[in-house]
Amino acid sequence: MPTVTLNKTVFEELVGKKLPLDELKDRISMLGTDLERIEGDEIEVEIFPNRPDMLSEQGFARAFSSFIGVKKGLREYVVKESDYNVIIENSVSNVRPYTACAIIKGIQFDDEKIKEIIQIQEKMHVTFGRNRKKAAIGLYPLNKITFPVTYKAEDPTKFKFIPLESNNEMTGLQILSQHKTGQEFGHLLEGKEKYPYFIDANKQILSMPPIINSDTVGKITRDTKDVFIECSGFQYDVLHKCLSIIVTALADMGGEIYSVTLSYGKETKTSPDLTPQKMTFDLKYINKRLGLDLQEKDAIELLSKMGFGYDNGNVLIPMYRNDILHQVDLAEDIAIAYGYENFKEEIPNVATIGEELPIKKFARKVREILTGLKMVEVKNYHLMTVDDLNTKMNLENPLIPLQNALGEHNHLRNAILPSLIKNIRENQHNEFPQNIFEIGRVFTKDPNTETTISEKDHLAMVLCHEKTDFTESKQVLDALLTSLGMKYSIQETQHTSYIPGRVGNIIVNEKSIGIIGELSPDVITRWGIQVPIVVFELDLEKLI
Amino acid sequence: MDLQKLSLKLHPLERKVLPVLKKETEFNAITKKSGLQEIEVMRALQWLENKEIIGIHTEKKKIVLLDKNGMKYRKEGLPEKAFLTALSDEFKGLNVITKKSKLSREEVNACIGLLKRKVAIDVKKEDILNVKITEQGKKLRTEPSFEEQFLAKEFPIDLLSIQDLDKLAFDELKKRKDFLKIEEQKTVTVTLTEIGQKLLTTNLTRDVINRLTPAMLKTGSWRNKEFRAYDIEINVPTTHQGKKHFVTEAVEYITQIWLDMGFKEMSGQYVQSAFWDLDALFVPQDHPAREMQDTFYVEGEASLPPVWKKVKAVHENGGDTGSTGWKYTFSEDETKKILLRTHTTVLSAQTIANLTKDDLPAKFFSVGKVFRNEALDWKHLFEFYQVEGIVIDPNANLKHLKGYLTQFYKKMGFDKVRMRPAHFPYTEPSLEVDVFHPVKKEWVELGGAGIFRPEVVKPLLGFDCPVLAWGQGMGRIISEYWNITDIRDLYRNDLKQIREMKSWLK
Repeated sequence: MPTVTLNKTVFEELVGKKLPLDELKDRISMLGTDLERIEGDEIEVEIFPNRPDMLSEQGFARAFSSFIGVKKGLREYVVKESDYNVIIENSVSNVRPYTACAIIKGIQFDDEKIKEIIQIQEKMHVTFGRNRKKAAIGLYPLNKITFPVTYKAEDPTKFKFIPLESNNEMTGLQILSQHKTGQEFGHLLEGKEKYPYFIDANKQILSMPPIINSDTVGKITRDTKDVFIECSGFQYDVLHKCLSIIVTALADMGGEIYSVTLSYGKETKTSPDLTPQKMTFDLKYINKRLGLDLQEKDAIELLSKMGFGYDNGNVLIPMYRNDILHQVDLAEDIAIAYGYENFKEEIPNVATIGEELPIKKFARKVREILTGLKMVEVKNYHLMTVDDLNTKMNLENPLIPLQNALGEHNHLRNAILPSLIKNIRENQHNEFPQNIFEIGRVFTKDPNTETTISEKDHLAMVLCHEKTDFTESKQVLDALLTSLGMKYSIQETQHTSYIPGRVGNIIVNEKSIGIIGELSPDVITRWGIQVPIVVFELDLEKLI
Repeated sequence: MDLQKLSLKLHPLERKVLPVLKKETEFNAITKKSGLQEIEVMRALQWLENKEIIGIHTEKKKIVLLDKNGMKYRKEGLPEKAFLTALSDEFKGLNVITKKSKLSREEVNACIGLLKRKVAIDVKKEDILNVKITEQGKKLRTEPSFEEQFLAKEFPIDLLSIQDLDKLAFDELKKRKDFLKIEEQKTVTVTLTEIGQKLLTTNLTRDVINRLTPAMLKTGSWRNKEFRAYDIEINVPTTHQGKKHFVTEAVEYITQIWLDMGFKEMSGQYVQSAFWDLDALFVPQDHPAREMQDTFYVEGEASLPPVWKKVKAVHENGGDTGSTGWKYTFSEDETKKILLRTHTTVLSAQTIANLTKDDLPAKFFSVGKVFRNEALDWKHLFEFYQVEGIVIDPNANLKHLKGYLTQFYKKMGFDKVRMRPAHFPYTEPSLEVDVFHPVKKEWVELGGAGIFRPEVVKPLLGFDCPVLAWGQGMGRIISEYWNITDIRDLYRNDLKQIREMKSWLK
């Protein structure tokens, strides 16, 4: 999860109030952000992905200030009209079709502010922008650009410029193969015949989104006062949201916002548009969901603590908010403003009947019977290696691999037995007899299921000591099935894991429900064990 | 203790050994006289000591024993005696002497060196070695030497008791091959205590019953006889019980809490489609948590239930829920991906999809395994238990959510529960659940909770209804209960650990 690092002094100035440390910590948590650490003058806060507007110092301070009641209500942001124009050519439609742009004037850039802006840009790239795939942001010193700017796409061998952190002119293609940033984000342009770029009226290339800016005209310095901002991507609404979050943070930094006219062929748009969105307010719904009995004026007050405006039954939602999809989102904000700590627990008088799953109840019974026979239950993972499932068992069964397992356990087990034998191997230093069992799930391919995989709950047991033999395993099976009131028979079979003539299918109601036998010395020694082992494994569900 | 009672407690072995102790005090002598095996005597003496009838004293000392040559020459006489006898005042050739003395070549060589040192012979070397006896030699021939006197003693001899001339002889003989050996000996001696003395005056040969046999019961021969009283305070060998895995105990306990609170148990598959695990829960398809590294994927394509189209609409534009949706194009390929469930919340989604209005209000829970693609280490498992719950009730609200969780955690041993704002794509409000740790005196985060969004509920249930939901991790509570610091120890399946683990007693 992304974090934002705040300078305590700057933060307190932006908030407009100093809080004692304990209260500050508590309020940060109760706003719905996780406090990571406070050290000296640095505060690090984790921001949940639904609130990208809090990823900047300014955005976080804005929300916090309202929440503690200092600067409440809807913040007004003025967008001044201008005649800056960006022309979007049709050539970008198959590459990266949209952009939303703005101008910010009058910021006194110093090293601290440049650092802040880069932080906002980077955090937005990683989270909201999904690593620049969904939205990429570019900032440029206004005085180096001549309008109108054009956004177009072209064969990447046909255009070139000097990218940031380089001394040489490179073509679009060269940037992808030779430049560090190009290599990192090149996959976003993979397979495209044309690459997009911004170019000004003097034919200077500004940048090649979503990769890199030009070193000549795409670099903010301490001399910069006014900036041109563009966001590029695939959906205009998303880009406009991204732009709104950035321009409001820059406005809080002291900048003035100017609009840009976007010409999409015949259609024109003006960005940014910071007019608040409206949502009808359903107080009854919210009160019901929260278990509260708020009056309209209480609710309006709580909304104002979360930075919302209110106008005649409608909530005014600031453009920088990205998380208000439905009435329930207002309910949550009201709950936060009300204080989660202020909700009293309540158990409603609703009668329902508890009920355990039949298989779980049955498994509990089986456990009782087997522990009554002095057996020990083990619990293993459902993921294992092919070596354990097949090779060591002298089997060649089809298995289900995982596509991307990080650890060595990369196949779903199709039987419990290998897990139990593995346990025996790892317990060689402990006392014998080692009589163990497990109830758990196994997986096999089955195209007739929703997921193409069939799951069954199995029971397996292993007896391991010097004098164990087939008779003993059958005694356990007999005790178990007799206790469960079942008739069964054993039918001799062939199986490569067992000694011939000492292995059989367990038959209940004329169907095989499992296997019982004495493991072959070959299998036992493959596992590195030197004590005889007898086993059975059966499908638990077939016993119910 | 009452002598009568004490006498009754005696084991047959004790009964046999005790009378011997009247005369004998040393272990070997006791064993010999009792006619029992060493181990039997040892056990009997130990029990007698436990009953304070005797005291056992163990002493370690070094003793000298005759080795094989020592024994041989004790019988035959030392070779130097035979050598001296074969000599005269004239020089004689060595082969003549050897023949006459009947000694071996090796013995002769040893004798020459030895006797030269004792000035008992003169040696002259010509073509061959010539030897004659001296006056000192003649003396030695008639008198027994120190060595002979020492060899004649009764062995074993306490090493520390060897003194003066014996010491000289001992040092001399020790140089010779296989004459003497020194061993460490443990001497066990026994003394009777006052109780022991008194006990010996009673009749120890009484006929007591040891093991009760079916034959005695049949014939009634046990009547009019006394039973030997056992020493029931003594330690016994460990026996092993059958045992459930300790994690099962915790799972069963948690299950019981929810059953007591009127919740029904949910079931479901471990392998799920991305549709059920994520999309039905309104997790946007480009959500960072959906990326490959967090989730185990299995090859193939899942088939989708008919409701998938409603879910698609909700993602794209909110469908009929009154929501704006996530405003993107929903991918059918993505939703068909097959994965190992990342949370048991998938079971809640499937359960809701199977309910009708008549089933409400309803409460469900599950305690089940979930999977995260991680390599195993002391802090991370790739599969672990999650405790899931939902309440589908038209009148449910946030206060009830806090109420249910508070009750649950009370039964788990935590009296105070706190809610903090959080974010999950499928709940609104979303909250983090903390409990106050009574020992550490701090808030501990245990899991997420919230009220399902209408975007989740309406497509699955058919109408909007508050659904309280929670998914809590139990690993922390379980590990802490059994003082487990390396989380892998939960599933190490070490039989000694499982056998000796204390039971879940909450």
